[in-house]
Amino acid sequence: MMLAVEQGDIGVVGLAASGILVAVAVGISLWRQLGLERSLLWAALRALVQLLAVGWVLQFVVDPDDPLILSVLWILAMVSFAAYTTSRRAADVPKVLRLSLLAYAASAVVVLGVLFGFGIYDLEGRTLVPLAGMVIGNSLASTVLVSRQLLIAATEQRGVIEGRLALGLSATEAFRPHLRQALRTALVPQIESTKAVGIVFLPGAMVGLILAGVDPADAVRVQVSVMYLVLGSVATTTAVMSLGISRELFTPAQQLRRPTQRTDD
Amino acid sequence: MSSDDAFELIGVDAGPVSGQPILRSIDLVVPANGVTVLAGPSGAGKSTLLRLLNRLDDPVAGEVRWRKRALTEWSPTDLRRQVAMVFQRAPIFPGTVLDNLRVAVADVAVDRAGHVLEHVGLNAELLDQAADSLSGGEAQRMCVARALLTDPAVLLADEPTAALDRAARTTVEDLGRMLADTGVAVIWVSHDTDQLRRLADHVIVLADGAVRAVGHLAELDASDDLLVRQSVGAP
Repeated sequence: MMLAVEQGDIGVVGLAASGILVAVAVGISLWRQLGLERSLLWAALRALVQLLAVGWVLQFVVDPDDPLILSVLWILAMVSFAAYTTSRRAADVPKVLRLSLLAYAASAVVVLGVLFGFGIYDLEGRTLVPLAGMVIGNSLASTVLVSRQLLIAATEQRGVIEGRLALGLSATEAFRPHLRQALRTALVPQIESTKAVGIVFLPGAMVGLILAGVDPADAVRVQVSVMYLVLGSVATTTAVMSLGISRELFTPAQQLRRPTQRTDD
Repeated sequence: MSSDDAFELIGVDAGPVSGQPILRSIDLVVPANGVTVLAGPSGAGKSTLLRLLNRLDDPVAGEVRWRKRALTEWSPTDLRRQVAMVFQRAPIFPGTVLDNLRVAVADVAVDRAGHVLEHVGLNAELLDQAADSLSGGEAQRMCVARALLTDPAVLLADEPTAALDRAARTTVEDLGRMLADTGVAVIWVSHDTDQLRRLADHVIVLADGAVRAVGHLAELDASDDLLVRQSVGAP
C-alpha cells in the first residue's frame, strides 16, 4: 500500500527508515550491555501494531459519512476501559469501578460539552473521538493517584480523622484536609507541566500538527485548547472520584469505616 | 451529675462486622458520674466498649442508650459534643494550639481558649505555639482542653496515659479527677491497676468480651473471682 506522497505524509518507506532510530537504541543497548534489546524491539513493535490497529479502526469513525453513534460507542468503550484500569490499579478503594465510571463519564460530558457546546470544534467523529481520548487518557494517572492517596489517608491518618469526628465534626469536615491534600497532589503535576509547556518541551499534539504541515499559529491554538481540556478533565475526574470515595469511606452515622466494613464492587 | 446520664447496653454484640464479635451479649449500665474505670486483661473489649458510647463504632447487635434514648436516635455530631473522647495517642492537628482548639469550636475567643488551657493545667501562652512541639503530656492535656470546649457532660478516655511517662501520667490523672469533681463524668479505660485504685469511683471489669464484675472498688476487692481481684489490683 503506497500512499500519495504529500506534505506531512512520511509514507511506508519513511516509516521504515525511522526504524533506524530504534536500531540505534538497540545498538547502544548491545554496546553498553544493557540487556534491553528485546524490550526495545518489543516496545517498538507493539507501538507500531497498536497504532496501526487504532488507525485502521479510527477510519470507521472519522469520516464525515460515518454515523456519530460509532463515535459514541467508541467513547463508551474508552470510558469502560479506563474505569477497569483504574479499578485494577486502585483495587482496595471501595466501589472503585462504579465511581471511576462515573468520574470519567462526568468529565467527558463536562469537557466535551464545553468544547462542542461553544462550537470550539465541529461535532463529528474526527474531533469527538480524539478529544474524548485526551480527556480520558490524561485523567487516568491522576484518578488512580487521587484514589490511592485518599485510601492511604483514611488508613494512616485514622487517629487524626477519628479525633475530629470525636469533636463532633461531620465526616465531610473531618476528612476535608485529607481530601484537599490528595486533590492537590493529583493536580499540581498537571499545573506544573502546563506552566512549563513551550519552554521546557513542545507538546506532542503541536509537534504532530506542525510536522503534518499545519501553520504553527493554528497548531498552537489547537494545542492550547487541548491543554485546557486536559486541565479541566483532570480536575473534573479527580473531584468526582474523590468526593465519591470520601462518601464511601464513612457511614451515614459519620463513622470512618474499617477496611473489612467496606463493600466492594 | 444525675444518674440519668448512665449508658445502658442491652444485648450488645460489638467488634468486626465479619468474624467473631469482641463483645458478646452485653447487658450493662455504665455509670456516668465521677470516674468509672473500665478494667480487664488486654483484648477484653474495653476500648471496643468505649467506642460504642460516642458512636465511633456501632454494635453489630443490640442497643446502646444514653439519657433514655437509643444512640441511633441522636445526631452523631450532637452526641459527640456531649460525650467527648480522648485517645491513647493524642491526635494533633496541623497548626498552633489555638488552631487545634478551633477545630472543636471554630470561632472560640482567644480569652476562652486561654482559660480552657489553664483549666487543664497548661499555660495560656502555649496558644501560639506549634501543637506538634508539645510534650506527650502537654499534647494529651491540650486534647482534653479541646474536648472540653464543646461543654461535654461525659468524657471518654481510652488509655489516655498509656503512651506517657510517669510525671505526665500523674498530671493527666489529676486532670481526670478534677474534671469528675467539677461535674464532667469520666469513663476511663485503663489496664494500670495502680491508676485504677487512685482514680476509680466505679469499676467495670471485662474479660473475654463479657462483663465479669461491676461495682465500687471495695466490693470488687472482696470478690470471690481471682481475675476480678487481679484486675483491680486487690491488696
